[in-house]
Amino acid sequence: MRTLGIILAGGNSKRMRELTKKRAIAAMPMAGSYRAIDFALSSMANSNINRVAVITQYSSRSLNEHLSSSKWWDFGRKQGGLFVFNPTITPDNREWYRGTADALAQNINFLCDCHEPYVVIAAGDGIYKVDYTKVLEEHIARDADITVICKDMPKDADVSRFGVVELDVDGRIVGFDEKPASTNLNTISCGIYVIRRRLLISLLEECIEMEWTDFVRDILMRQKNNKKIYAHKLESYWASINTAEAYFAANQDFLKPEVREWFFRTEPEVMTKVEDNPPAKYNPGAKVSNSLVAGGTIINSEVTNTLVFKNVFIGSGCIIRNSVIMNNVYIGDNCVLENCVVDSRNRIEAGSVFRGTPDHVEIVSGKGK
Amino acid sequence: MVKKKKMIAMLLAGGQGSRLGVLTAKVAKPAVAFGGKYRIIDFPLSNCVNSGVDTVGVLTQYRPLRLNAHIGIGIPWDLDRRNGGVTILPPYEKSTDSEWYTGTANAIYQNMEFMESYHPEYVLILSGDHIYKMDYEEMLTEHIKSKASVTIASMPVPWEEASRFGIVVADENGKITAFEEKPEKPRSNLASMGIYIFSWEVLKEALIAQAEVPGCDFGKHIIPYCFAKYGNLYTYEFHGYWKDVGTLSSYWEANMGLVDLVPEFNMYEEYWKIYTSVGSLPPQYMAPGSSAESTLIGDGAEIYGHLVHSVLGCCVTVGEGSEVRDSIIMKGVKIGKNVKINKAIIAENTVIEDGAVIGEGEYAESKLDPRVYNSDLVTIDEDSYIPAGVSIGKNTAISGRTVPADYPNGRLEDGGYIIKAGDAK
Repeated sequence: MRTLGIILAGGNSKRMRELTKKRAIAAMPMAGSYRAIDFALSSMANSNINRVAVITQYSSRSLNEHLSSSKWWDFGRKQGGLFVFNPTITPDNREWYRGTADALAQNINFLCDCHEPYVVIAAGDGIYKVDYTKVLEEHIARDADITVICKDMPKDADVSRFGVVELDVDGRIVGFDEKPASTNLNTISCGIYVIRRRLLISLLEECIEMEWTDFVRDILMRQKNNKKIYAHKLESYWASINTAEAYFAANQDFLKPEVREWFFRTEPEVMTKVEDNPPAKYNPGAKVSNSLVAGGTIINSEVTNTLVFKNVFIGSGCIIRNSVIMNNVYIGDNCVLENCVVDSRNRIEAGSVFRGTPDHVEIVSGKGK
Repeated sequence: MVKKKKMIAMLLAGGQGSRLGVLTAKVAKPAVAFGGKYRIIDFPLSNCVNSGVDTVGVLTQYRPLRLNAHIGIGIPWDLDRRNGGVTILPPYEKSTDSEWYTGTANAIYQNMEFMESYHPEYVLILSGDHIYKMDYEEMLTEHIKSKASVTIASMPVPWEEASRFGIVVADENGKITAFEEKPEKPRSNLASMGIYIFSWEVLKEALIAQAEVPGCDFGKHIIPYCFAKYGNLYTYEFHGYWKDVGTLSSYWEANMGLVDLVPEFNMYEEYWKIYTSVGSLPPQYMAPGSSAESTLIGDGAEIYGHLVHSVLGCCVTVGEGSEVRDSIIMKGVKIGKNVKINKAIIAENTVIEDGAVIGEGEYAESKLDPRVYNSDLVTIDEDSYIPAGVSIGKNTAISGRTVPADYPNGRLEDGGYIIKAGDAK
């Protein structure tokens, strides 16, 4: 009960292409049975964080539906709970959330009314498991003002879509570059922060006064010399799904045994809203290899290296390879799909052919051909 | 403020279901797994919520732990209600004459107080033994329309099988004129389904009048009593899927019916969903070189082997080179590599080591209990352990953590059994 959780789930990205037309990134169906935000929520729930606020803005309907009850993540109802904050009009404010700091600042009353001494702020589009009790211990031991969870990317990785940090020998952040065009650094910020609640409130009050709106630019970058901002390196799996290709790749990662072992079979578990789907059904003609299949799905044909989400129907004579088929999709007979992401509730007519490449996945959204 | 419910349901879930052999050695029959991820009781419970019945008393007695854990406060069925919802009703001690539930009607009688607290107009009596989807509200409408004191659900069965059932004979308006228990020459083919709607005053009066009858039972005592006293008993004819899963063969057949290309019992419709308690589970993984044909698989399974015409529960693992055919594998079972399984029912969390061959041989009469074990099926109790490389014959039963020494020459003969745990039968 020492920590409060805040998940920033308002975001959208053009680089998701058609995929976020219907929903915020945090609500993206993920790994067959989950939605992206489940990973942030479960990490908090599994770290004894019982009071969690989710701040939404962009296309929040399916996210709100997913967050219908605190019980799916075992947050309390009386001791703690799950709160969803949409932008609202008040006598003092008629604005949408203009940035991450503004989103927090507009909900500053919530922060003031809580009693937990610490706050974890997380993005809703990360795929990871973090034990925040360990991060908090380190935060306290180092007497840090802010701890930023960071990840070392492979030397040759393209980090231009992330915030890149420069650390001194003690792990203190001395430089911060947001979405650099070029850099020789490869440690990136995962967009997860630990901070004392009173300090966050005073920093936000400053933002309100100065009309600053962005958490990274107006808090982290401005304060990096005044405040002790440390990095906590995450050693385990982390992916952000803020482009269509990253979303595709993160899903495909779940076909790797070590990734499945970590998320599916290592305590603590990732929790999600329970849906009442019957078992998956494999009819004659089903030939499924190296694939994940969720409940309620019926398969009549060949599926390889693919994630098939909940309540999907795949007709006979199809060839489906290296793809991600989201929930409630109907695929007629004799379709060919390769390197595709099929958006949820799609109906793909018999005989349709869709092909992408791993570098540019084909997004099948709206009606099939 | 008086709580008032139009109709409440009383679900009889206390029976062992001894004809399911080792499957019910440790759990009551309504808690036995069905259809990959469900338990038998999920069907009547889901029917209740789907029919708008939001107050359900579940009467438990035999081995209630699994049922209690499964039902909890009723969240999966939306039965965690402020007023009503699901209540587990075990037998309890009284200041005088404490007793177990001695019969179906006796169990209901002992919970008179529970029923009265809701001031119901009607009481629906259900059992936790059958797989079906039924709208109890429609049955209630008929009950009210006919002004019956009791309405008994019945369904037409093939005439040649009618002599195996309790038969109701009714006139063209559905008014019951006679009952026949397993008649040699049936006058009707309407079999009673053991589902009753009573008008509350009738039920209360009959239960009190018959209170002293030892082992008071609905079919044997209460229905005949009401028939004699009130006369206006009606039948509600049900046309649809309804399966008794009381024997090992009928249980196996009902499960296997689900894997048909177009199953008679459809679980994939949005309308009339079946709810169950499984928590959040990851998707299932089908490895390269695995295969599944005419098979149902629950969430969280990891399949490296080959599955043909089988039903697998959640979180089952099947190792490389293994082959599972015509079998029911329940939740959490671990099957090693190169295992062959043919016509078996393997209960929850059992471990089968590499190279075991299960269901190999010819039918032979059961040395354990021929009334229970009388088909080709191998039946293995939950939490059992089958050592590597053993061969297990047909029509066999196993319970407990077996060791190689339990298998002379590495084999359990056809019709044989190994019972290790205390009170498994």
